[in-house]
Amino acid sequence: MREIVIISGKGGTGKTSLTGAFAHLAANKVICDLDVDVPDLHLLLRPTRERTEEFHSGYEAQIDGARCNSCGVCASLCRFGAIREGEQGFLVDPIRCEGCKVCVAFCPVEAVRFELKHCGQWYVSSTRFGPLVHAQLIPGAENSGRLVMVLKQQARELAKANGLDLVVCDGAPGIGCPVISSLSGTDLAVAVTEPTPSGRHDLERVAELCRHFQVAFAVIINKHDLNLDEVARIETFCRERSYQVLARLPHDPIVTQAMIQGLVVTELPETEFSRELRQTWARIEDLLNGIK
Amino acid sequence: MIVSVASGKGGTGKTTVTASLAAVWDGPLVAVDLDVEEPNLHLFLHPCLEGSEMGHLEVPVVDNSRCTFCGACSELCQFKAISVMGKLVLTFPEMCHGCGGCIALCPEKALSPGMRELGEICWGRAGQVEFLMGRLRIGEAMSPPLIRQVKAKLNEMIAASTHDSIIDAPPGVSCPAVNAVLESDVILLVTEPTPFGFYDFQLAWEAFSPLGKPMGAVINRAGIGNDDIYRFCRDKGLPILAEIPYDRAIAEAYARGRVIAEVSPELKETFVALRDKICDWAERCRPREVAHA
Repeated sequence: MREIVIISGKGGTGKTSLTGAFAHLAANKVICDLDVDVPDLHLLLRPTRERTEEFHSGYEAQIDGARCNSCGVCASLCRFGAIREGEQGFLVDPIRCEGCKVCVAFCPVEAVRFELKHCGQWYVSSTRFGPLVHAQLIPGAENSGRLVMVLKQQARELAKANGLDLVVCDGAPGIGCPVISSLSGTDLAVAVTEPTPSGRHDLERVAELCRHFQVAFAVIINKHDLNLDEVARIETFCRERSYQVLARLPHDPIVTQAMIQGLVVTELPETEFSRELRQTWARIEDLLNGIK
Repeated sequence: MIVSVASGKGGTGKTTVTASLAAVWDGPLVAVDLDVEEPNLHLFLHPCLEGSEMGHLEVPVVDNSRCTFCGACSELCQFKAISVMGKLVLTFPEMCHGCGGCIALCPEKALSPGMRELGEICWGRAGQVEFLMGRLRIGEAMSPPLIRQVKAKLNEMIAASTHDSIIDAPPGVSCPAVNAVLESDVILLVTEPTPFGFYDFQLAWEAFSPLGKPMGAVINRAGIGNDDIYRFCRDKGLPILAEIPYDRAIAEAYARGRVIAEVSPELKETFVALRDKICDWAERCRPREVAHA
């Protein structure tokens, strides 16, 4: 079984639109949206949910006012500034609480409860392109690498159970916890970048991240016609690091038009963009086949 | 006044708006990049950096000669960062959240504070604007502790002289983004009128509304998609503070590293008007007793 993750470093470079098209073009696959914070792939795939699971992760402290003797030990030990003394006595701010349990352990009168935190839901759905594993964190909750791991595990099991040999994942922007989780055990990371100062800067960091975790890495330059000088710089960077540049795609409003219709670009009448995208997917398949 | 520029969806134009507001701001300002995973503001403001320091997280270091292997530390740790196996204590510093619990709890005082490098905090000046940023070390998973340290530095800078500040926040609506905007007086949500932009905007509204701060929308690439976002803002009573038109020339200027407010007189006017609206609005939203003082 093969697993590919589409990432970008910078947000808004076109990860999800391209992942949607790859989900259309790839055969025998499970699709997985690993951007559990602000997932968008479902807007293109319009899934029918078949299974919904609650996601709990970590704990949250709550002070029982009736038991609290206002000694303030909890507030003095909390490294996250989550405990404040107000008019109603000591209170935990759930936004700041890290769930470390220090206040629970040190409270002399056992006044701090420690409750499992409900962080969101995950789903197994069916779509016109095949099964989709996805999730939605509760807005404002901890962005959980743990949820990313759950989704990856589910996608792999689903692929195995259905005799499918590929998992196509949409990743999150950035280089932190959820992105690191999305890279674990993956065969290939494809970064979608754009020829802007931010696009190149963020590509370099996400490439370094993949090198750090020894994940094979290739690049798609989207909106390439916005700045050809910047394209040349990105290509030089890729050549120096031996990263394959899989495609240069034009800046094309067709991507937004497809999104508005709840379709992926390769479902619309063929344009230069979608032609190029089909070839890109063929190159990705070659690359995946070449990875031992 | 602290203004946070946040978004939900990435790539909607947070950095563009932050840099442009910095370019037209009246009076002393600190421009802060809290998108520590992928900081980009410096690419547009081109600051001269004047100083930097490492951001660190306190992690436990074991003194084996004192440890009695009682296991109290690993029992407390919620993050599987310390574990006792027979006569062996293992620490996993990359899992540690720096709560200090194990160090405070150890009955033998066998644990002492060590340091894990989170990244770098840099500051400097871009013309009249003071500049501050955090940059996460590659391979480091946790951005919120570095974000908190950059904010502590910001508080020092604000305390040293009266400054407004504009924060370029990380994308998303989870802990890094919420952490970044927690102390701000006003939150700007930058979005684009596309289905992705709209969906993520609703999540951002849900995540940030409980903070009880004045919030307004800036619609970038206006004209590219549909009207959903306008309806949503009207229904929720969320003011639309500025619209930046969808224009290939703007995208190309951005791709060349230009600050959009400096591209044309019309765009400059857009950001001057946005600045004035933010200032008026923050004044109106201020708690009464402060306004009367």
